[in-house]
Amino acid sequence: MSSVFDPKVFEDVEEGHKKWEKKLDKIFSSKPERLERFSTVSDREINRIYTPEDVRDADFANDIGFPGEYPFTRGVQPSMYRGRFWTMRMFAGLGSAKDTNKRFHLLVNQGQTGLSTAFDMPTLMGYDTDSPKARGECGKCGVAIDSLKDMEDLFEGLPIDRITTSMTINPAASILWAMYIAVAEKRGIDKKIIGGTIQNDMLKEFIAQKTFMCPPVPSVRIITDTVEFGTKEVPRWNTISISGYHIREAGSTAVQELAFTLADGIAYTQEAIGRGLNVDDFAPRFSFFFNSHLDFFEEVAKFRAARRIWARVMKERFKAKDPRSWWLRFHTQTAGCSLTAQQPYNNVVRTALQALAAVMGGTQSLHTNSLDEVLAIPTEEAATIALRTQQIIAEESGVANTIDPLGGSYFVETLTNQMEEEALDIIQKIDDMGGMLAAIERNYPQQEIADSAYHYQRQIDEKEKTVVGVNKYVTDEDIPVEVLEIDEELENLQIEKINRLKNERDNKLVKESLEKIGDACAGTLNVMEPLIEAVKNYATLQEICDVYRQVYGEYRDPGIY
Amino acid sequence: MGNNRRVRVMVAKPGLDGHDRGARIIARAYRDAGFEVVYSGLHQTPEEIVEAAIQEDVDMIGLSSLAGAHKYLFPRTVELLREKSAEDIVVCGGGIIPEDDIPPLKEAGIKEIFTPGTALDDIVKWVKENVKPR
Amino acid sequence: MTDVAEKIVNGDVRAVARLIRDIDDGMPGVRQVLKELYPSTGNAYILGITGAPGVGKSTLVDQMVSHLRKRDKTVGVLAVDPTSPFSGGAILGDRVRMQRHSMDEGVFIRSLATRGHFGGLTQSTRSAIDVFDAMGKDYIIVETVGVGQDEVDVVKSAHTTIITVIPGMGDDIQAIKAGILEVGDIFLINKADREGTDKTLSDLRLMINMDHKKYEEGNWKPPILKAQAVFDKGVKELLEEIDKHRKHLTEHCGGWQVRRREDKVRQELGDMIKSRLIEEVLGKITETGDFDEAVNSIVEGKTDPYTACDKLVLPAIGVSTG
Repeated sequence: MSSVFDPKVFEDVEEGHKKWEKKLDKIFSSKPERLERFSTVSDREINRIYTPEDVRDADFANDIGFPGEYPFTRGVQPSMYRGRFWTMRMFAGLGSAKDTNKRFHLLVNQGQTGLSTAFDMPTLMGYDTDSPKARGECGKCGVAIDSLKDMEDLFEGLPIDRITTSMTINPAASILWAMYIAVAEKRGIDKKIIGGTIQNDMLKEFIAQKTFMCPPVPSVRIITDTVEFGTKEVPRWNTISISGYHIREAGSTAVQELAFTLADGIAYTQEAIGRGLNVDDFAPRFSFFFNSHLDFFEEVAKFRAARRIWARVMKERFKAKDPRSWWLRFHTQTAGCSLTAQQPYNNVVRTALQALAAVMGGTQSLHTNSLDEVLAIPTEEAATIALRTQQIIAEESGVANTIDPLGGSYFVETLTNQMEEEALDIIQKIDDMGGMLAAIERNYPQQEIADSAYHYQRQIDEKEKTVVGVNKYVTDEDIPVEVLEIDEELENLQIEKINRLKNERDNKLVKESLEKIGDACAGTLNVMEPLIEAVKNYATLQEICDVYRQVYGEYRDPGIY
Repeated sequence: MGNNRRVRVMVAKPGLDGHDRGARIIARAYRDAGFEVVYSGLHQTPEEIVEAAIQEDVDMIGLSSLAGAHKYLFPRTVELLREKSAEDIVVCGGGIIPEDDIPPLKEAGIKEIFTPGTALDDIVKWVKENVKPR
Repeated sequence: MTDVAEKIVNGDVRAVARLIRDIDDGMPGVRQVLKELYPSTGNAYILGITGAPGVGKSTLVDQMVSHLRKRDKTVGVLAVDPTSPFSGGAILGDRVRMQRHSMDEGVFIRSLATRGHFGGLTQSTRSAIDVFDAMGKDYIIVETVGVGQDEVDVVKSAHTTIITVIPGMGDDIQAIKAGILEVGDIFLINKADREGTDKTLSDLRLMINMDHKKYEEGNWKPPILKAQAVFDKGVKELLEEIDKHRKHLTEHCGGWQVRRREDKVRQELGDMIKSRLIEEVLGKITETGDFDEAVNSIVEGKTDPYTACDKLVLPAIGVSTG
């Protein structure tokens, strides 16, 4: 309960600081500072220097403390990277399930410790490849999954009882998860031991990424079904990956990313408690997913603030007692939106700096973007460089040798405090609106993000912010980068596969199991059991999603710009 | 009724991809340049976009795609405009479009492709020079 | 009949789209086409939807269109959006919420910007209504934010005007009172699952009852409805009220073709003359440079604005300045 500083210190510091500022004013009076205004990528103004004055009230035990101890500012585990490194989890998915399966085998052989799956747009949106809405999209930005058949191909030969799998899927998350469970059960693996993550975060879809199917309220209901089922039946699974990544990619500031993500987390927690679940039974399985953007110190502070806010929210607001409920465990991906098509090799450097910030911020797992991400789906070579970037940070740079190396920096602690305070203000505003669902209905977060995105783009256009190779140090030469092509034939093959499946399976069983899903949706029964049954009967993804759409209606873009 | 022709453009998101950051930003930039901008919203089929563009009598359709389906969606839009005898509506595109895809897209009738990093002012300038209100 | 007029009467989508653009842009030649179309108008039923931004007008219109289509009626929608006062540009985003109807040949959706040019919004919108009418649409829905005299005038062209509010807008009810209460034929509380619905309902009821004398002699008394347009709740009931109002107009007000009624004609012709005069006179004197000259004279203190105005206007309308 006491300041880390002896009050007497401040007299000297204040005097010294004033003297130093005067000296600087003199220097800059003849030759001004390099910029009129120094600000972060989120346009937060930054001072010339930070001193003990800025963290005058810092209370070591309550605000900073030790890793693994409340409020976890310095990390959730006591040992952090002294024990083991973060999980190097690279997102992969392209073309057909068989193609992606090959890439997965390669990644596992290279030493990757967890798989991460990207799906194509029709899968993400709940359409089969043969839907008219899916024309031209098959396999384009991830793997196409139409039924359990594809899922079986995807994980063929992979030890899913030993590796963990992360699936980046939202509206159709419950179904893909049911498929994964079905694959395990068909191999005789108990669902109690399988581990992984489904993103399953619809709130940020309405806010930012815009991959949606049903309206917000029923969407959250399905999510709560998965939380309930996971808590009871698949205890090693992370049922929601509460994601700020896409909020940031959509153009938010760092603080908005932090605040909206945590507000989403609060909403899911409230829903699950409303379902009658005990907070300590499900909260430890919530994980988070953040962006690591260009502004190094701001990002480190964001991660530190996130842990502190969440710990306090869970303990004080939701009265969680299990310390694991207080932990904000998170996955990080470097900022795709920061990469440039111009001089693409520079992207390796950007990604390295962002990865470094994530590590200094204490991430549990990390995806590093490939240099060609802004051009198309990464080639194998580019993906390997991205993985090597993490390995160099981990094993060559030495930054992982001590825990929270930036803790105690006047600057970083100040930024951490500022971000916490500002995020709490936004969360309060959302609470006053009636929570995140109500805020989304009012388009509040959507509008805030649209404004920030436009502001940033204008700053780039007016050269207030530098983007190397885009608005400064521009070169004319074209640097050729090999781009991965997705075979256009895949769409037809995939459609043939669906047609074959629909002829071979027991269509009566499919119909019955779809009806059961419809009943569960319309009533209060948890949908997961009927889903697992339906996918085992080879109901297709769209057939199931169509049931959702019939019962709940479709959500349409409110068109906020 | 004062004679007051303005550029009218439609900013459209074809396909299932929901990444609308670029589309929304460009819509604002067009507005700030004095254009009338009709925004299509997300998840539109080329058919829906073309029908809307005709009803709205726009001079140009700006298509945005970030998920790789441009090779089908962009040419399909031009093709439908031709079928409706509305090929006087200029089509341009932006988003994650690999360099190698650009020549075939242009050949298919997409007048210009803007790749990531293009300054807003450059896009607006291009529209002012190449799209005349009819 | 000109080619264009013929195409429009035959329902040619491109010709309609182009003519509305020409009307909005004030292109010469438009007037001739409108004259030719006039005999084909007077068959559509016009609905005005107004309410502050965020009350869900577009979603409501979208649902109304679905219901009208189920009755096999064709629909034209005019969605009016504000223009940026800074650039003169506009983002017309209402269409987004109605896009699912874009492939339906029985539906024509058109976004209009509230431009500040001579004829003004009222004139362009009325003419656009005539075009939809002439092309044979059964219903025409005009959606505006209902701010400013222009927009109030627009909704006056409608047969039935629906004023949309949402709960918890408190002061906004006062604003309605001040502005467009008189033009409301139906009041609709959208998002009626929200807290404050009952309060809004009683506020509205009180407001309408204050005018109770008006309703005593068999006049239409505006009903207040509750809806959740996004879930299609209350929309069917809204259409039923619209039917009732339509019946009321037929029985008590000399038919629902009110736009042909004397008071409406008087109003619309008066408005049209006003904007035409502005266009002709201001157009002429701006073109010749007389306007700028007069401005300079006033600035330099050589004359007063009253004299300058007489000098400019009177010759333009054929009155000698004496």
